[in-house]
Amino acid sequence: MINLSVTLSNVRLQNPVIAASGCFGYGEEFRDFYDINLLGAFSCKGTTLHPRFGNPTPRIAETNGGMINSVGLQNPGIEAVTATELPRLFAHYQQPLLANISGFSREEYTACCEQISAIDGVSIVELNISCPNVHGGGMSFGADAACAAAVTAACKAVCKKPLYVKLSPNVTNIAEIAKAVEAAGADGLSLINTLLAMRINTKTRKPILANTFGGLSGPAIFPVALRMVYQVYDAVKIPIIGLGGVSSAGDVIEMMMAGASAVQVGAATLTDPFACKKIIDALPETLQTLGIEDINEIIGAAH
Amino acid sequence: MRLVDYKIIANQKLTEQVCSMRLFAPFDGNPPHAGQFVNVQINGLYLRRPISICDYDRENGILTLVYKIIGQGTTQMAAMRTGENLNIMQWLGNGYSLVRAKKPILVGGGVGVPPLFYLAKQLLAIGQVPTVILGFRTADEVILYDDFRRLAVSQTIVTTEDGSYGARGFVTDALKTFGGYDAVYSCGPEPMLKAIYAQTQDVADHAAQFSFERRMGCGFGACMGCSCETIAGYKRICKEGPVLTKEDIVW
Repeated sequence: MINLSVTLSNVRLQNPVIAASGCFGYGEEFRDFYDINLLGAFSCKGTTLHPRFGNPTPRIAETNGGMINSVGLQNPGIEAVTATELPRLFAHYQQPLLANISGFSREEYTACCEQISAIDGVSIVELNISCPNVHGGGMSFGADAACAAAVTAACKAVCKKPLYVKLSPNVTNIAEIAKAVEAAGADGLSLINTLLAMRINTKTRKPILANTFGGLSGPAIFPVALRMVYQVYDAVKIPIIGLGGVSSAGDVIEMMMAGASAVQVGAATLTDPFACKKIIDALPETLQTLGIEDINEIIGAAH
Repeated sequence: MRLVDYKIIANQKLTEQVCSMRLFAPFDGNPPHAGQFVNVQINGLYLRRPISICDYDRENGILTLVYKIIGQGTTQMAAMRTGENLNIMQWLGNGYSLVRAKKPILVGGGVGVPPLFYLAKQLLAIGQVPTVILGFRTADEVILYDDFRRLAVSQTIVTTEDGSYGARGFVTDALKTFGGYDAVYSCGPEPMLKAIYAQTQDVADHAAQFSFERRMGCGFGACMGCSCETIAGYKRICKEGPVLTKEDIVW
């Protein structure tokens, strides 16, 4: 029997596969496809203090091996999430939930963090300081080490659950940001968010996305994400959730060998809603082929 | 919602830019609703392509997709041959509600015409006999006219912008000549929908239905890529749409 279960800050996951924020809503849409209780965990749609419509459409552009989105944190706001979305989810979902939150000021982040971390079914708060689609063209809390540390410390002070900080790849030195966030009290890290990108419609000579820029995700970014997880693993002691283009059991294993304690699957679920299930189903055999009995033994194995 | 592998049994051009693909997979007991769509996986492309359902024959498990060649995805689709497989996510979106009306009318423009064909069949099946108005730019672009004529609809009118086929003008010009319609089902480019909307003052809110098109990410409501603002709040074109009713729409 191969052991797939991993732990993130004392939260036990039955397997290391987490559905990534922004690609899984609040879980409702996937119930039509399969029982989402087979997931290791999932990270809900990025939630803000106030409801947000997000950016104008088109919000989606395709590219080789991936997609670019400029959704811009559309969500119904924390009141509606607390009152409607999460109770509906908890009625049928018993696995750990990562509550992904975002904001536009330190006050918004802390208010959101305090409120959502108090909810029973929330296991981990995932602090998104790296959305590339807001803050006017790519600037975010995650782009500056001092800024990232300040918002982390402020949230940590009010957070009733382990606090994981989701980092942006759109920085010169991600290890430096990771260290700053660790020093500010983060219990773990999620990396990477999407890479700032764009496409142009050659007929209209205009950017495809109404927002001009968006975040690139999908298999195209997997090697970049892998490299960053590898670098950050060397720089910090706290656990890392690796994400960015993960699409197969092999990708999960590679990401964990780079240093991830668990892995998130994002864009893959948009083209194949069964992606997480297929990866989880394929993991035991893939591990067995490699002679691995306990998935924990491969975390950071490439170092 | 299911992922189903279909086998292509025919794929031919109807006009220079529009193709009709017929596909087979055993019927699983769940037919589509009129106005729903499928999301087609195309080799080598990351995102699926949303295509409206032109027809579904449950007896024989045959799905008909009529699509316009626009970008790489539909270009590749047009090059596919009989016998090849296509993975399809079905049935997606919120389609048309079949309304009991005295004088239902279907108005389609260009590649917005195909979903109205399956709708017309569904309406006829419940005893609703619609009038059909189909608009195109020129005679070269006319599609499905004979197919509609073979149905027992009360009348099928074609308009072309240059008058090269049928009546010269827009579908809205033809619509003006009809009075007393109490249900309008429409699909086509947004300016056309907006012009039709302006002619639905006398139609009840729920009976004036408009099918929208958007660039989509997932097609099943997960990514928020195709959201739009409506009077009833934010809606996803792929999930709460593509059909919206008059009472919801903000132009």
